[in-house]
Amino acid sequence: MDTGTVRKPGTGNEEFPAEKFQILDERIKEYKGKTGATIRVMSKAQEIFGYLPREVMFRIADGLGIPPVKVYGIATFYSYFSTMPPARHKIISCQGTACYVSGGRQMLEKLERILGIRRGETTPDREFSIHPVRCIGTCALAPVIKIDSEIYSRVSIGKIKKILARYSKKYEEKN
Amino acid sequence: MGKLGIEDLKKISEKSSIAGAIRSNEENDTKVVVHMGTCGIASGARKVMNALKEIVDEKKLNITLDEAGCLGICEREPIMTIISKTKPVVRYAGVTPEAVREIIESHIIGKKVLDKYLLANFQKGAENITETSPSEKPAVFSPEWEGPLKDLKEIDFFMDQRRITRKNCGAINPYKIDEYIAMNGWTALAKALSEMTPEEALDEIKDSGLRGRGGAGFPTGRKWELCRQVRSDTKYIICNADEGDPGAFMDRSQLEGDPQSILEGMAIASYAIGANKGIIYVRAEYPLAVELISNAIDQAREYGLLGDDIFGKGLNFDVEVMIGAGAFVCGEETALIHSVEGRRGTPRPKPPFPAISGLYGKPTIINNVETFAAVPFIIQNGSKWHSGLGSETSKGTKIFSLAGKITNNGLVEVEMGTSVEKLVYDIGGGVPNGGKFKALQCGGPSGGCISINHLDTPIDYESLTKLGAIMGSGGLVVMDESTCMVDTALYFLEFVQEESCGQCTPCRDGIGVMLGILTRITEGEGREEDIEQLQKIGEMIKKTALCGLGQTAPNPVLSTIRHFRPEYEAHIKDKKCPALRCRALITYSIDPETCILCGKCQKECPNDAIEGVPKKKGSKGEPFRILIEKCIKCGNCYSVCPTGSVLRT
Ligand SMILES: Cc1cc2nc3c(=O)[nH]c(=O)nc-3n(C[C@H](O)[C@H](O)[C@H](O)COP(=O)(O)O)c2cc1C
Ligand code: FES
Repeated sequence: MDTGTVRKPGTGNEEFPAEKFQILDERIKEYKGKTGATIRVMSKAQEIFGYLPREVMFRIADGLGIPPVKVYGIATFYSYFSTMPPARHKIISCQGTACYVSGGRQMLEKLERILGIRRGETTPDREFSIHPVRCIGTCALAPVIKIDSEIYSRVSIGKIKKILARYSKKYEEKN
Repeated sequence: MGKLGIEDLKKISEKSSIAGAIRSNEENDTKVVVHMGTCGIASGARKVMNALKEIVDEKKLNITLDEAGCLGICEREPIMTIISKTKPVVRYAGVTPEAVREIIESHIIGKKVLDKYLLANFQKGAENITETSPSEKPAVFSPEWEGPLKDLKEIDFFMDQRRITRKNCGAINPYKIDEYIAMNGWTALAKALSEMTPEEALDEIKDSGLRGRGGAGFPTGRKWELCRQVRSDTKYIICNADEGDPGAFMDRSQLEGDPQSILEGMAIASYAIGANKGIIYVRAEYPLAVELISNAIDQAREYGLLGDDIFGKGLNFDVEVMIGAGAFVCGEETALIHSVEGRRGTPRPKPPFPAISGLYGKPTIINNVETFAAVPFIIQNGSKWHSGLGSETSKGTKIFSLAGKITNNGLVEVEMGTSVEKLVYDIGGGVPNGGKFKALQCGGPSGGCISINHLDTPIDYESLTKLGAIMGSGGLVVMDESTCMVDTALYFLEFVQEESCGQCTPCRDGIGVMLGILTRITEGEGREEDIEQLQKIGEMIKKTALCGLGQTAPNPVLSTIRHFRPEYEAHIKDKKCPALRCRALITYSIDPETCILCGKCQKECPNDAIEGVPKKKGSKGEPFRILIEKCIKCGNCYSVCPTGSVLRT
């Protein structure tokens, strides 16, 4: 985590406008004391900010009156939460059994090679990030990848570039 | 309509139609339904619906458009059903937006069935739609009528199924509570509340022989009874919709296709044990399921089917949705409870069982989605009816998801005790593209693989356990000869290692040691004693791990050793991978005889390991060759070669 430039929470810079913190505070108030408040607030916070920056985790901890390390522990335990800024397009590559049997691993490796990043990383231009997951429940259409909320079924190695080209010109075939 | 009394159910039922059928007093004579589960949508069902709307507007057709959940034959999505007041139901599969136009023009305007998109062959060649028997009856809705999916019985995939829990999936619009009521929904709760004491309702479930559908197969009635006996002001009912087993999607489909059935099951449970709060824990990876179940809760509340004094009979019960944030171990009941409490989802030792001390220390029932969905039918039809279905020790029906190397990928519901062969061949259609069946993986990372020698095994809890596999939640993945069983074992171990919470030593370290050995074997460094070593450590972990995750983690390894030992030996002794999967044990080469010098392999190679010059206008080209030293064995050349000239040995 970046510790050099700790921004004051809620002071309203470009990335963390004060309005977003206001919404977060309302959510904290709404859930405080209710069943499973921490995870629910964190989930809302991720919706608001796109990820869970340090400032936001502190704000949640303060708001709910719990130690910040608890929030951080939950954020790193669940794959759903991210403490890094998101890429413009999130690529999910299923590594569940059905996808494994149909070549899901090769698909992931191919994605890594094309984008030049490893799983879990974001491309330097912040265009794509790759996330292996254990199954998205569309096993009948294996192997699948999901970009943002679009599911691509029965993907083959040859099709991947074409799919990426829909999101970024960089990957258009030059023929 | 406001809060319902029991007699109101009948009124709604008389008034409401359902997506999969038509009432004679409906305005339009024809209805077109698109099946919009996640699989359907991923295959383009939304685009199909948009295309339909467009053409209906354009041609000013008098037809009703509607949507329903998934029929279970995911392989053939998107599926579109045409229903009319006077003609038999016709279903089209693999529908694209372009096909919609063709189908509407032919079927609706030209009154001719369009053969090439038919879901089922039996309707093929029909010149005139009115003659498309054998499903003679039009789907006109009446209470006596046998069900909107009756025509499906003509199709191999459905013929041997026994759709009870899935009865409404694909037949009703899951966004509308009225349609569930029209299919007799919520009458089981009404019956329990008006004709049974809580003890009688509980006995009905106990006598039915219902066992948990989430994996372990614990008798549901016994669990409820345990919880009922504890005195407490607050008790909880949790529905486990975490569906963590990769390759399984039954629960998703139930949540998406018939969400009310789960709520009704939970409400009956609350009556039987005296609970007042319910939670449905759904994984975040299922956005559509979350939307549909949340909508279902809102509608049930509006009708007073959740809330205070349900049906005016004094039952208070309400349900909330919680979104699971994505760790496999959270499907384990004690971990799930921790997660609901807003903590890290790590398991704890049992006892005490959640039924005694669960959520916030209160008595808590946790059951799987399918378990709850089965409950209303048992109350409606009686425990005798239910215990008459299935096998000796496993009663009722079970939903399985079929995936992997199988022709008919999808969801099937059969009586327990149905043979593996029937599932894989008669229903599943066998391995596609002339492939050969090698193994059936059942039970996910806690389960195992069974071989072709066990095709006659009846699928129930005990028979599969005897073979070293488990039934698990019902995810079945078929593997063909191209899957290496040692690599599969490695795959599952990597999976559980990543998901292990790290609390107990056997799981945290033992799995690591097994992984080391397996990795060595797949890399051609296997030793004579490795198999024995794996078995020894595996048995030790099974006995000593803290939770179900660790206790079952060695199963994929132990079961593959048991049923596929020669494959392990080939890796260890001959340094060969018979399935040609393990990279260290295979080499790639190019057959100069059949190579057409197209250059595709060279373009795909990430490591410039292929020499040669493609044949183009003005150049004769030069032969292609793989440089063994540089080859990283990614297999790209193998998969792109148009003539099969890349050889793998
Ligand atoms: C590692 C692990 C993962 C589990 N995942 C699930 C799951 O995803 N869904 C589920 O219903 N049960 C799961 N279970 C089983 C639950 O602990 C629990 O037994 C089940 O929800 C009880 O419901 P049932 O009796 O209706 O099957 C899992 C168990 C273990 C050990
Ligand atoms: S295994 Fe990939 S979607 Fe289920």
